[in-house]
Amino acid sequence: MSGTATDEYSAHQHDVDEALLAEQGMEGRPYELRASTTGLFSELRADKAGLLSAVFLFIVVFAAFAAPLLAPYGPVEGNPSTSSIPPIWADGSWDHVLGTDTQGYDVLSRLMYGARTTLLIGLAVVAIAGLFGVVLGLIAGYRGGRTDRWLMRWVDVQVAFPGLLIALIMIAVLGPSMTSVIFVLSFNGWMVYARMTRGVVLAAKERPYVEAAEMVGCRPRRVMFVHILPNLTSSLVTLAVLEFARIILAEATLSFLGLGLQFPEVSLGVMANGGRDAFFSLPRLAIIPGVVITLIVLAVNFLASWLRVVFDPQEREKRFAAGATTAATTVEGVM
Amino acid sequence: MGRYLSQRLVQGLVVILGVTTLVFVVTRMIGDPVNFILPLSASEEQRAALRADLGFDRSILSQFWSFLSDAVRLDFGESTYFRNEDALGIVRRFLPKTLQLVVAGMIVAFVLSVPLGAIAALRPGKVLDKFLVTLSLIGLATPQFFLGQVILLFTSVKFNLVQFGDGPWTHLIFPALTLALPAIGRLTMVVRSAMIDELNSQYVKAARAKGVSRRRIVGVHALRNAAIPFVTLFGWEVIRALAGYTLVVEAVFDWPGLGDLAILSIRERDFFLIQTIVFVVAVMVVLVNIAIDIAYKIIDPRVKIA
Repeated sequence: MSGTATDEYSAHQHDVDEALLAEQGMEGRPYELRASTTGLFSELRADKAGLLSAVFLFIVVFAAFAAPLLAPYGPVEGNPSTSSIPPIWADGSWDHVLGTDTQGYDVLSRLMYGARTTLLIGLAVVAIAGLFGVVLGLIAGYRGGRTDRWLMRWVDVQVAFPGLLIALIMIAVLGPSMTSVIFVLSFNGWMVYARMTRGVVLAAKERPYVEAAEMVGCRPRRVMFVHILPNLTSSLVTLAVLEFARIILAEATLSFLGLGLQFPEVSLGVMANGGRDAFFSLPRLAIIPGVVITLIVLAVNFLASWLRVVFDPQEREKRFAAGATTAATTVEGVM
Repeated sequence: MGRYLSQRLVQGLVVILGVTTLVFVVTRMIGDPVNFILPLSASEEQRAALRADLGFDRSILSQFWSFLSDAVRLDFGESTYFRNEDALGIVRRFLPKTLQLVVAGMIVAFVLSVPLGAIAALRPGKVLDKFLVTLSLIGLATPQFFLGQVILLFTSVKFNLVQFGDGPWTHLIFPALTLALPAIGRLTMVVRSAMIDELNSQYVKAARAKGVSRRRIVGVHALRNAAIPFVTLFGWEVIRALAGYTLVVEAVFDWPGLGDLAILSIRERDFFLIQTIVFVVAVMVVLVNIAIDIAYKIIDPRVKIA
């Protein structure tokens, strides 16, 4: 970079000022985090879309993780003699409620096992990318100086290239499997966490309680994890939930292109991919997984907007001020 | 401005170098491309000869160095799949189709999301707002491939509306809409949220007190100030489309663009072609990023970009 040291300093100072300003905006507001978490469920009851989403997601998660116990068949149990049985609404039988696919596998059972895989991938990616991003963001923000510059430049390079293309090439190298899908999606998704964490750290670092902690001799690690990290809770929870929705879509896309999970593994994306083969003769094989993916992502988004309202005092104020009781959300989080 | 731009250009070069290096290293790990080019019956001597001919027998550093020095002269070598054809020439042949899709999709996204978001923001919490918000959320929650399939099913099969393959308009509109829909959802939400903030601000109250017409307040004052977050996300949507998401649309609609070519080149282990595609995409992404920064400056003269 062609900037001088002063430029770098003033750019950093600018970030600090901005973060502090945002922090100051919150000061003296009536809602503290503790107060708002007690109102968690009354808030949820008021938010009909949020409540409905929570119930739906609970059912999905339960059906998915209890699949081995509940599912009528195995995910790849069947043979050509049971293929293309129609679903219940088209003269089917209760043996196969959603019918079977061209391979003879029961669609409902595959849906349950597939949802399990998809949810697991989402959780794993959020955990890995979140952990990596938060730790790097903490280090960058707390250490500052050269560490900060280099880490943020790394983030910039990766952010400047949001790459389905890169993801595809990496999967081709690693070989399509659940592990490589998780790795590639984490590799592509940790930067948001790092940026957000760094912003919060920059603001918190200037606060008296952090200075006090340093003064009494706390080690950097303790200051970072015990004193600064709790500031992140609310924004991190919302971001993680939104990222979870994004990951579900990304997995579905990769698998749809045939580059995600492979037979005999099954995910919602794999089912969507299977729906391509007999698309015009048996469209339900594409529509059922498509609708399920859409509903899950939609429910997660509604849930995220409820979380945001619960956690974010400013958002609550805006809501009461504008008299807006909608489940509205901003999507800045998904960037 | 000039100094700033040159700084951004340097930054852009770092991005391009980073991405091409990553792809170079990663492609060398895919496996031996020679096995994909020659038939199984080829002798070991033939394989070795081809390997030497393509330069794969040299050390990875020397390969990387000659790749970089050729890339500077825009020489990316010849495709190994499309026999002896210049890789950049092939990309140039497929690129217009993808650009067409991206431009059409982004125009659709722009034209729909700005008015929808602004309308929703006029009466937050009312029926129309709730309806538009729900619609946007459904838009951003629907997987692109699924939307494309549904459109395909309803138009070409159920109602026989569109014969895919003829007519430039029907040919372009549905793929573009499919590409645009998640973007429309996200952009509408951002316009709405920014407009609510602006309409509750002091300067809008002042303008209203002064007797400025509502149309002017919404259309001129608030909209212009709400443009900054919009431009950020809009640029991000363009980049997202360029850097791979046309690929999904191309797969569903059999659209012969860069995404199709990328999948083909990955499947056929065509290293030179993969590198060329990634390089071209990276250059476009960097240019879009710079365009966004210039747009900031034009929209809001207060933005300091030094």
